[in-house]
Order: sequence, then C-alpha cells, then structure tokens
Amino acid sequence: MADTYIKHQYEPILPKKDEWPVVKLSKNRKDFIRKVADASKKSVLEITAENIDLLREELETTLYREKLRMKQNPWAVDPDDEKEFWGKVKSTMVQLSADGSLTKTQKKKKYLEILDDITMRYSEEIASNFIHSHYKVTRRIVTFGFSRLLNAARVKGFKSIFSNQFSLQDKIQIVGETDQIRELASKGTIVMVPTHFSNLDSILIGWIISVLGLPPFIYGAGLNLFNISIFAYFMNALGAYKVDRRKKNLIYLETLKTYSSEALQFGVHSLFFPGGTRSRSGMIEKKLKLGLLSTAVEAQRANFERGEDDVSGKIFIVPVTINYHFVLEAPSLIQEHLALTGQERYYKESDEFSTSYKISKFLVKFFTKGSDISVSVGKALDVLGNYVDNDGNSIDRNGRKIDTKDYFLYNGKVTVDAQREEEYTYHLGKRIVEEFHKINRVFSSHLVAFTAFQMIKRENKKMDLYNLLRLPEEDVVLIYNEFKEECLKVLGKIKELEAESKVQIAPHMKMDIDSIIDHGLANVGMYHAKRPLVKNSMGNIETQDLNLLYYYHNRLHGYDLEKLF
Amino acid sequence: MTSKNSSKEKSVGVVGMGSFGTAIANILAEKSKVIAYVRRTEVVDEINQMHTVDGEAINPEILGTQDPEYLCQSCNTIFFMVPSSAFQEVIRSFSPFLYPYHLIIHGTKGLCLNLPPGKTLEDMGKISRENILTMSEVIMKETVVVRVGCLAGPNLARELYLGQPAATVVASKYNEVILEGQRLLRTDKFQVYGNSDIVGVELSGVLKNIIAIAAGALAGLGLGENAKGLLISRGMVELVYLGNALGGSLKSFIGLAGIGDLVATCNSTLSRNYTVGYRLAQGEKLDDILDTMEEVAEGVNTIKLIKAFVEGTGMRAPITENLYKVLFEDLKIEEALQYLMKYPFSVDVDFL
Repeated sequence: MADTYIKHQYEPILPKKDEWPVVKLSKNRKDFIRKVADASKKSVLEITAENIDLLREELETTLYREKLRMKQNPWAVDPDDEKEFWGKVKSTMVQLSADGSLTKTQKKKKYLEILDDITMRYSEEIASNFIHSHYKVTRRIVTFGFSRLLNAARVKGFKSIFSNQFSLQDKIQIVGETDQIRELASKGTIVMVPTHFSNLDSILIGWIISVLGLPPFIYGAGLNLFNISIFAYFMNALGAYKVDRRKKNLIYLETLKTYSSEALQFGVHSLFFPGGTRSRSGMIEKKLKLGLLSTAVEAQRANFERGEDDVSGKIFIVPVTINYHFVLEAPSLIQEHLALTGQERYYKESDEFSTSYKISKFLVKFFTKGSDISVSVGKALDVLGNYVDNDGNSIDRNGRKIDTKDYFLYNGKVTVDAQREEEYTYHLGKRIVEEFHKINRVFSSHLVAFTAFQMIKRENKKMDLYNLLRLPEEDVVLIYNEFKEECLKVLGKIKELEAESKVQIAPHMKMDIDSIIDHGLANVGMYHAKRPLVKNSMGNIETQDLNLLYYYHNRLHGYDLEKLF
Repeated sequence: MTSKNSSKEKSVGVVGMGSFGTAIANILAEKSKVIAYVRRTEVVDEINQMHTVDGEAINPEILGTQDPEYLCQSCNTIFFMVPSSAFQEVIRSFSPFLYPYHLIIHGTKGLCLNLPPGKTLEDMGKISRENILTMSEVIMKETVVVRVGCLAGPNLARELYLGQPAATVVASKYNEVILEGQRLLRTDKFQVYGNSDIVGVELSGVLKNIIAIAAGALAGLGLGENAKGLLISRGMVELVYLGNALGGSLKSFIGLAGIGDLVATCNSTLSRNYTVGYRLAQGEKLDDILDTMEEVAEGVNTIKLIKAFVEGTGMRAPITENLYKVLFEDLKIEEALQYLMKYPFSVDVDFL
C-alpha cells in the first residue's frame, strides 16, 4: 500500500453540493453566528466565575488592547466601523462605572450586554463566507492552471498546452489511507491535521481534499492573508474562517475556539495546522498548539452529551504529512529559527525570498523541473488517539473495540471536566506527533542532507551549533566515498525503521546508492540561489549554504539517527 | 456499549489483599461497598466465610472474588494493591475487562522493568529511563485506562489497620481521580492530600525504600540517632537527584509522600524494608531473610534497578551503589559505611 501512489480521481462522496456540511453551514450562517456568540459568552462567564468584577476587568482589558491595536497596527482588512464600535463600548463602560444609582443586578445586566455585543461582533468577523460558485471557480483555476503549466513544460511543442499527458497527480503523489478518510468523511466528522512547512500547504491540501472527492473543509487562515483581495477571494472560496493573531484577548480567543468547536458539532470537516505556524526549523512538529486541538475534544464530548453516540457524532483525527525536496521559504524560516534559538550567538542576514516575483518564478520552476511532492494520509484516530476502523469504531492496542464515550464518563454519565479535557488534548497532541513520524516519507534529499550535516558536525565536534553554522562554506568538503559509506549506513537504519513501520520511504529510494545520492543532490533545495549540497568538479561533496543544509537535515530529526555518528 | 449498568451505585474494587490492600479495603468499606480480588481460593473463602484475612478481622461487608471480569463490571474505581513483581501479570489478567470509563488508583511502591523481548537485566547491565516503568506507566501500557492515580505516603499498614490517625497522597494528572480518591478514602482518621505530579509521588514511595533498608542496617549495627539523622538527610539528597533524573519534581519529594514517608519508614520496625536492613546488619544472608519474610520488601528489587539505571546515566548515587554491593556482592555493611563516611560530600543542600 505504502508504495503505490494513488493516481485516480475519486468520485465525490457527496455529489450534491446541498449535502455538503459547509454549504449547510453557510445557509444557516446567521443562526450559527448567533449560536457561536452565545456559547462564547457562556464560556467567558464560566471563566470569570460569574463574578462581575472579574468580568469588568476582562472587558476593560479587551477594550484597552483593541484601542492599542487600532492605533499601532491597523490593517486594510479591518472594518471601517471599528473605531465607532469600540468608542461606544468605552463610553458605555465609563457611564456604567460612574453611575451609582444602578443596583448590582442592573449593572451585571449592562455588562452582559456589552459582552454580548463583543462576542457577536467577533463571531461575525471570524465566520467563514463559503460561496459555492467561487469554490468551483477556484478549484478549476488551480487544477487547470497547474496542469496546463505542467504539460507545457514536460511535453515539448505548442500543442502541448492542450495535452493531458501529465496531470497534477504525477507531480503531487498521494499515498496512504485515502479510502478510509473517504469512508469516514461520509459517516462522521473529519479533522485533518497536516504538518506545515510551506505557505503552499493550504492550497495543496485544498486540492488534495477535492481530488479525494471530499467536500470542502473549513480552516482558520491568518487575517493578514485577507489583506490582499485576490487571496481573500481564494480563502473565502475554500471555506476559510479568519484568525486575527493581533487579538490576544480572552474574549476573542474564546470566540475563536467556540467557532471551531461549534462547526465541528455541526458536522463540518475541518483542517487544523496543529503546529500553529510553519515549522521554522524544518523539523517535524514536536510541540503542537493545543488551543484548536482542544476544540476537537470539546466538540466530541458535546456530541456525546447530546446523546449522539453513533458514528455520525464521532470526530476523527487524520494526520497528514507533506513531504518536499524543496521548501520555498526555507532560507528565511531557518534564519528566523536560528535567530530565535541562538539569540546573540546568531547574526541574521537579509531575507532574499519574499517578493511575489520570486514566488511566481518558483511556481514556474516547480512545474517545469522535476521536484516531486508526496502527501501521506495517515490512519484515522479518535480524539484520544486510538486508531479507528473503517466503520468508525475505536480499536485499542489489543484489537478490542472500545467506545470513545467511555473516556468522558464519570459514574456512568458524560461529565464536563475542563481539566480532564486539557489532559486528553495533550495526549492527543502526543499521538499526532507519533503518527507524523510514522507516516513521514523519507526522500533522497533528506538522506543526503542529514548525512552530510552529521558528518560536518562530527568533524567539528568542539563547536556548538552556531559556530558550526558560521564555518566558511568553502572549507567544508566531504570525500565522496566516505559520504557514500555514511549514506549507506543511515539508509540501512532507515530501512530498519521502515520494517518496524516507524517511517515510510519514497519509491525512488529503491535505486542503488549512487543513484539515490545523485537524485538527492539534484533535488535537495533545488531552486535556492545557494544550494545546500553540490558535487564539485572532483566529484566530492560541498555545500553553498550551511543554514539550508541544516534546515533540510532537520527533516530526519526525531528518529535517533544521530546516534550513528 | 459497556456502560449500561450505571444507574445504581457501583462498588469499589480492591485488587490484592496483602497487609496494605487489606488496610485500604477496610477504610474504603466504611463508606462504600467493596469487592476484593485475591488469587488464592482459600483466601476468598476466608474473606467470604470468616471475614478475616490471615486471621485478622476485616469489615464483614467486603466481598471476596477470584473473577477479574466480575470485579471490573461491578466497579468504576479500582485500587490495585499488588507487589511490583506480580503487578504486570495481574494487570494483564484484568486488561481485557477494563474500559476507558474505569478509574484506577494503585498503591504499589515499586518499579517494573521494560526490556526488549528476550532480554534480562543481567544481559543489559546498564539501563535507561525507557527501561523502567512506574506502576502508573505499567497501567497505561497494559490497559486502555487513562485516568490513573497512585496512593503514597506514610501509611504503615499495621497502624492503618489499628485505626490510628494518618494521611496519604492521591496523585494523578486528573483532578477527578484525586477527588474520587478523596471522596472514597477520607475519614475522620484518614486525611487525603492531592498532587498532580503522579510520577514524582510514585518515585518518592519507591526510592525511600532504599533509604529505609539503610536505616535498618544502621539500627542493626547498634548506631544511634546522629547516624540516622545523617542518613535521612543524605538519603533525601540522593532521592531528589535520582527522582529528578527519573522525571519527578522536587516539590513532591519534600512532601508527604517523600519526606513524610521517609521519616516514617526509617523509624519503624513495622517496615519490611527496614527489617531487611536490620537483619542484614545482624549478620543474616539476604536469601535467608527474603525466604522467611511473608511479604515482599520492594526496596531490594528497587536497588537492583536503580543501580543499573545509575550506571546507564553516569550519575553517582553512593548510598544505592553501596547497598547494592552489600546485598548482592557480599560487601560487609561496616565497610560500606566506612566508604560512605569518606565520600566527599561537600555541600549540604544543593538542590533547592
């Protein structure tokens, strides 16, 4: 299974768009937003323990931060009536605290009204705006545009524009449990959790979801992307809801989580990038952001609470890894990572990849040269990290069917216990990381980068990472034969891991070692101005950029392969 | 599918009726119906017909059984009170009947080995943290139960049995497990504290047994209170270092389950581990001592494991290392003591 790339177009599991959960949601948009606002209000009240002074404090903090944000960091996408709204909140708050004639109950009522206004406003802001016709157009543009480009590049001659010899699926290979995710998506609610290395990921995943015949998923996208109107169009079309990272106040965060949780309870499939942002270091995410993940646990419990005990109320977590030879943003990502971890020990250089010109150049290069991407879809898990079968039953380690509901029972009843759910979320996060490592696919480029960097590190044992990365690149040369030996050693260990199902290997790794190395050298970070690894005229191995080499090497971090050196 | 019979109040399960298990079953029976699991038929009969265990009277309401399935079906909360040497086997026999709605609290102050298939401790020589499992880790590994807690503290079974006042710690990552432990165990004479650092609390109970053996040995040599004071404080330092290396937090070690239990066991002839040390110092051989003891002294096995762990990490733990030599390599206790007196401890407290 792992070896065969899936290369056919799947029938949509729900052919009529009216059956798509996301379409149903957008039809009920108004009611849904009201529901989210009310639920958020309730949870803010719970957090402030119904204490009016605490609530007032939260409101004041929110107001203060919002005023600060509007002054210091305004964006094009911000609504025009923002100043007016918060101005009104302010004057009401001032009046309230000055007015001595009100009783406590009256005051509380007033504060609740303010809270209600704010959660309502936030829910409106966050809510996605899925429009089916836009979705269709977008999907067509992506598929058509990409495959035209691809065919034009690979098949020579003018007519090739209309050739269908190569489809996008030759370029982007999908492997893994595709049948299971289709099966489960028609029965319950899916939460897809992919690794996140590049800004391309969200488009890529959107395309994969449609190739697999799944209805669109909703996902949280940074509000900054909506600043650019063309992006905003695409994002809305893909069912994105908006996440404003500038807003860190309790009320906003609660509303955001509530939105995700309510959407899951509504049955809308969702996509979380559980690492939060792109992996800066190039390593597979080790620590996940638990905020959004906790909404999956919460929604599952809420479904059980309502008595939705069958598979239709079940939430399935599907880990996905995206494997690249090349990550466009690698140079700036690794620099950010090093600057963050190394502090003064690391000097930052200028960022060379940021303009849209560079991005379009990359896209052309990507489709004209051969740098493949593979996407592995992992086995589905329940919210406690147990594997589930194709009927949606959770299965324990001994192959016994178990009921996920049991995890939420105390003395036979489903109970709400925030602390318990926090632990469960943490546990789920750990399970997802384990699954990421298992379904990660090793490419030739990862192998050569890892081996080369570890060899360089071994030769400079006394240096710490930051000194090592500052070595003059021209001083670093690896003798080809030694390099080959080490590559063989690492490959051997990776094959052992594969035999234990601890990692997957791309088919091109079945070639002989010289070919694997050549393939790896040709592909590793292939479009960077400075290449992480090259062969020199003597046939030995050199690097042009140690930071990049370190970045691509990190992909194999977490398998204890360092022990070989 | 498994949780239909929830309407009526369920019983509380106790697995293992050694002296500590019996004492806890008695405390639990003050408030709840208790079902006790034992392996041997004679003991089941004794519990159900005579209402005694080893001739000692127990609460007559306690029901004995040999059937894990029956116990698991009748109880939501189960206390596992079996020695570490039998723990894995017992938990495996319960595993098929345990579901995620169960809460498990254990009271075992020992460790289990987790080695690759076919290997023994002797083959490995050195071991690392992954090769050692605390009892809660055994439960998580062998069953589907996640809401797990442990019971630790100065709880000499004999004193509990006599109804003397005492306190214990229920530790769990889950508040609801701590609350459940408090609800079930707390009486006028038994105070229950909560702690979220379950591994730290487990390790406190485990590691203090090493020091208890040493304390017994000092007493057996006829040494006085100065020596004991020295041992307890140096033992504490060693306990903190080992405990940190194994993943526990300092706070737990200086709490009831750490210092509290250490002081109790190092002063009590009721303690099995203390007795082992005492008899060793009187010149008896380890095998003879273990053969004539009715119940397991966990400390002996703990010393074996921790010594291998210390070698695996390159740490130093002078008390443990010397006790190992006394127990298994025929070093004379006097020589071990000599060595410790010469050991260059220079700083009094360096872990706070």
